[in-house]
Amino acid sequence: MANLALRNLTKSYGTTKVLHGISLDVADGEFVVFVGPSGCGKSTTLRMIAGLEEVTSGEVVIDEKVVNNLEPKDRDIAMVFQNYAIYPHMSVKKNIAFGLRSSKLSRLEKDARIQEVAGILDMTKLLNRKPSQLSGGQRQRVAIGRAMVRDPAVFLFDEPLSNLDAQLRTQMRLEIKKLHQHVGNTIIFVTHDQVEAMTMADRIVIMKDGRIQQVGTPAEVYHQPANAFVAQFIGAPSMNMLPATLNGAGLELVAGWTIETPLRSDTARAVTVGVRPDDLRLDTGQRLVSGKVAVREPLGPETLIYVETDGGEVIAKADGRTPPEVGQEITLFADPADLHVFDAETGAVLQ
Amino acid sequence: MAVTDIRPTAASVLETKAPARARNMGQFIRWLLLFIGGILMVMPIAYMISTSLKWPHEVYNVNLIPEEPTLENYTYVLEDGRFYLWFVNSIIIATITTLSNLLFDSLVGYTLCKFRFPGRQIIFIAILSTLMIPTEMLVIPWYLMSQSFGWLDSYWGIMFPGLMTAFGTFLMKQFFESVPDDFIEAARIDGLNELQIWWTVAMPLVKPALAALAIFVFLGNWTAFLWPLIVTNSVEMYTIPVGLSGFGDEADVAWELIMTGAAISTIPTLVVFLIFQRFIIRGVVMAGLKG
Repeated sequence: MANLALRNLTKSYGTTKVLHGISLDVADGEFVVFVGPSGCGKSTTLRMIAGLEEVTSGEVVIDEKVVNNLEPKDRDIAMVFQNYAIYPHMSVKKNIAFGLRSSKLSRLEKDARIQEVAGILDMTKLLNRKPSQLSGGQRQRVAIGRAMVRDPAVFLFDEPLSNLDAQLRTQMRLEIKKLHQHVGNTIIFVTHDQVEAMTMADRIVIMKDGRIQQVGTPAEVYHQPANAFVAQFIGAPSMNMLPATLNGAGLELVAGWTIETPLRSDTARAVTVGVRPDDLRLDTGQRLVSGKVAVREPLGPETLIYVETDGGEVIAKADGRTPPEVGQEITLFADPADLHVFDAETGAVLQ
Repeated sequence: MAVTDIRPTAASVLETKAPARARNMGQFIRWLLLFIGGILMVMPIAYMISTSLKWPHEVYNVNLIPEEPTLENYTYVLEDGRFYLWFVNSIIIATITTLSNLLFDSLVGYTLCKFRFPGRQIIFIAILSTLMIPTEMLVIPWYLMSQSFGWLDSYWGIMFPGLMTAFGTFLMKQFFESVPDDFIEAARIDGLNELQIWWTVAMPLVKPALAALAIFVFLGNWTAFLWPLIVTNSVEMYTIPVGLSGFGDEADVAWELIMTGAAISTIPTLVVFLIFQRFIIRGVVMAGLKG
């Protein structure tokens, strides 16, 4: 049973169309992350699910009920905002209790529920504080508490971690993931950070220009990107893209060697070969390109090397202890199975 | 290890003296200007109190200290039943007008700020443009209107032009701009209707603005003279400023009585200010603490 479904959802502002038919089924208890560059329509989609933005056409279905014309409060959702949106004039307890305003629980039950949520979020001691006396991470936890207390069918998170510093973000990421395992509600999480998407999601929805580019598990979108955009967006450092020609012999790199691949084409066809820095080797596999090491970035266990080739800059990962010297001429190898071939014009992956 | 003496020597003190003196001079001028400003502010109040303690024959004597101080004027004014009536009139009018402004100005300001509807901008400009029409031009239409509705010489007649102000609407709209939309949307998801959102979420966040508006409106109505003078006929309906202006007779103005009334009438304005200024200061402090 699908807990949340989007059916051919579109959104226009006047004559400008910002969402072009979004369709997605989310299973009960699934953690789905919408990711994409700013302006891709991910937040708009979330706001349409929440009922804060009108749907131009298409349907939003929650628990098998079309909710297009329902008020946000009647949709059985809760939302956590980027700026927390916890009310500064109310104590933590009141803020959390605010989520229960429209519930029919008795006062005792409400109190018990607040205590339970505060316990889960480790905020029992902070209940009487005002938001101005809390740190950024604590404020975000209050915002999550206010959403949790209602036990909604769907949790909506709109870039909740982007106002936190790097360390806190990592910590909160883990906390939200644990929370999801603990409470088990469906979560829709919007972010522009692909690391957040990879680490938290059961499934990732990658969006660009108001269209879904690919939906899949983190492993799927990483190892089998549907197109060049997804390939480059997911993974850091991003995938190297090398221009090539696909013909009867295999792949002929414009600035490198020819690689024998199962993929052939009777007529020569312009393609882009994608290869992740992790998949490039300095010694084994088929020869790909060669060039001069321009910059090294030591990361500890490994060193990123930026290699200047005739086909542009290529990033590779080398050993952390004995990386090639800057200025050294090297050849990069790869296993043909690790190469991704995309149509040069449409960017779609070629199988 | 050689020890360096870092204590100031006579020579070093002399060297640093010139800039210090210039700084002191600047400080002195600032204090002087503030002092003069302070005197200018306090003098009228001092003269008001001084005059209220003088006998009639001494009123035109500019000495600040009365030769024979007396509380006779206070006894006269407070025992005169009319002053009590005017005081009550003024309190009723200023209080109702203030509450009405707080309510309606913030409702309209909130609507204009947080809702998107066709004609929003035009309505806002129309409201703002009324600020450009001077009161003197409006009193005749107001009077004719009061007359046709039978509001002359009544509380309603005195109050109606000021129950809502363009200035207040503008002020509140600008302050509501500082309330993030996220708060409002969060409240919408939490199940509040639009009126509840305005009251429980938006209004508490603009308390400093409400306090400022309350002070403005209360003082404005407490000291209003022209319109209450025009719209009232009977002595019982006068407000304090109108009533006080009538002290004395055709031959002479009883300044000592006017000043006594004025001195008494500043008390409520002081109270209002003292109550609401705390909110203003607290508001500023709160804004500073927000992360």
